[in-house]
Amino acid sequence: MLCNICSKNQATVHLTEIIDEKMTELHLCEDCAQKKSTQMESHFGLADLLAGLADLGTQFNKTSKEIKVKCSRCGLTYEDFKRIGRLGCGECYSTFKDSLLPLLKRIHGSTQHYGKSPKKMPKIGKIVRTRNELQDLRDKLQKVIQLEQFEEAAKLRDKIRELEKRKKK
Amino acid sequence: MNLNDLLNNRGEWLKCTGPNSDIVMSSRIRLARNLAKYSFSHWASKKEQQEVLEISKQAVSLSKKIKNCLCLDIGKLDTIDRQFLVERHLMSKEHGVEAENKGLCVGDKEILSIMINEEDHLRIQVMKSGFDLRDAWYVINDIDNELSSSLYYAYSIDFGYLTACPTNTGTGMRASVMLHLPSLVMTKQIGKVLQAITKLSLTARGLYGEGTEASGNFFQISNQVSLGHKEEDIIDNIERIIKQIIDHEHSARDALISQNKAVLEDRIWRAYGTLKSAYIITSSETIDLLSLVRLGLDLNLIKKVDRALINELFMIIQPAHLQKIEKKKLNPNERDIKRAQIIREKLGE
Repeated sequence: MLCNICSKNQATVHLTEIIDEKMTELHLCEDCAQKKSTQMESHFGLADLLAGLADLGTQFNKTSKEIKVKCSRCGLTYEDFKRIGRLGCGECYSTFKDSLLPLLKRIHGSTQHYGKSPKKMPKIGKIVRTRNELQDLRDKLQKVIQLEQFEEAAKLRDKIRELEKRKKK
Repeated sequence: MNLNDLLNNRGEWLKCTGPNSDIVMSSRIRLARNLAKYSFSHWASKKEQQEVLEISKQAVSLSKKIKNCLCLDIGKLDTIDRQFLVERHLMSKEHGVEAENKGLCVGDKEILSIMINEEDHLRIQVMKSGFDLRDAWYVINDIDNELSSSLYYAYSIDFGYLTACPTNTGTGMRASVMLHLPSLVMTKQIGKVLQAITKLSLTARGLYGEGTEASGNFFQISNQVSLGHKEEDIIDNIERIIKQIIDHEHSARDALISQNKAVLEDRIWRAYGTLKSAYIITSSETIDLLSLVRLGLDLNLIKKVDRALINELFMIIQPAHLQKIEKKKLNPNERDIKRAQIIREKLGE
């Protein structure tokens, strides 16, 4: 049997499609089947799921005017993001921050980075490192309180206060 | 080094030298990075994409940590070569589609690979043999630090490394471990394990990455969350869970041996027999049978075969590999014959 699409190669893949309750059978060669399967894959992906979630921030207390904001660096609109599930550039994260916050919270359970920073940004790196350190100390404090090690807890509390003071400066 | 040299090499991660190599095939970490002054690859103009490709390639070539690097323009490769790189886990399937201005750098021993202009400008990946996320992190962190002193990354105080898809932002890190869990599958416990994993914000995929089904009892487990946790903590979390899964697989193997040794031995030796004598074999049948032989090796039921050879077979029985070995295009039927021939030769050695 020859492939139904190209009519050149031997059909090795047999596909049953049901569209609007109408069943059609397709007999395809390897190459055409692969093309067909990439078509179907692109039909529904992570981007679509994300686009559904992307409405989170805009459902309430937003006028349609605000939704039409464009990123000043790359020209992407929030509508574009909802359609393709990808942002346009780094700047988009500031442009659409209010809408992205609930989305990030839903995906990651958090809205603040905790971890490393690039070598080329020493100032930002310092702030992020202090924030990481504070978070580490707070986690440790929780642990020692649970273990009822109050002396250690007091020491940690003092350290945290000191770091917070330095951070404000 | 050129692309065809890869065919004669066995990637470092296939060598079965890492910890827990009986159950863990490989450990992989990837970092998503973007350049600050450019739109993300999918949204960028052709000119921007070209510049990103040039700047990134230059940064890689100037690196002192990346040695003997092979840099490829994916757009200039034919479809077999592209698929060949996907099969070797050096790049994603998506990277081979609409490949203009896409690049790939492959480091020494295939431990490192960097995709340029995939979903993000840079997707840096380090792959190690066995259960060794820590070492993979050590290597990739070092390379990332070096690259970040010459490239200006898109980064914000709030959201960390900025990525095209918000699911990757923060650390931009995905750590994954490839597990071979035949006994959990045979004893029908795998469903429970995978269910539990999802609750712990990890995700499971098949042997060939995103969007593929688990085949031959292989499962790739990785973190889903990238924002709000330190890289080391994410790795620590995965490690703890993987250790438990390894223990479960071990006890399932013990149970199979003690309850039904003869049945298990029969299945394993039949698999070995089929592989050694078949003249036509599909890739899915091969993967299922190789999986059983691998289990036989782990349980010391089969002793003569080298485990690294079985790992290598998983790699070279794939369509593009067969066509590279044969140096011509083969249709599916021809591939099934060639595949059987190669397996017979390799196992007969």
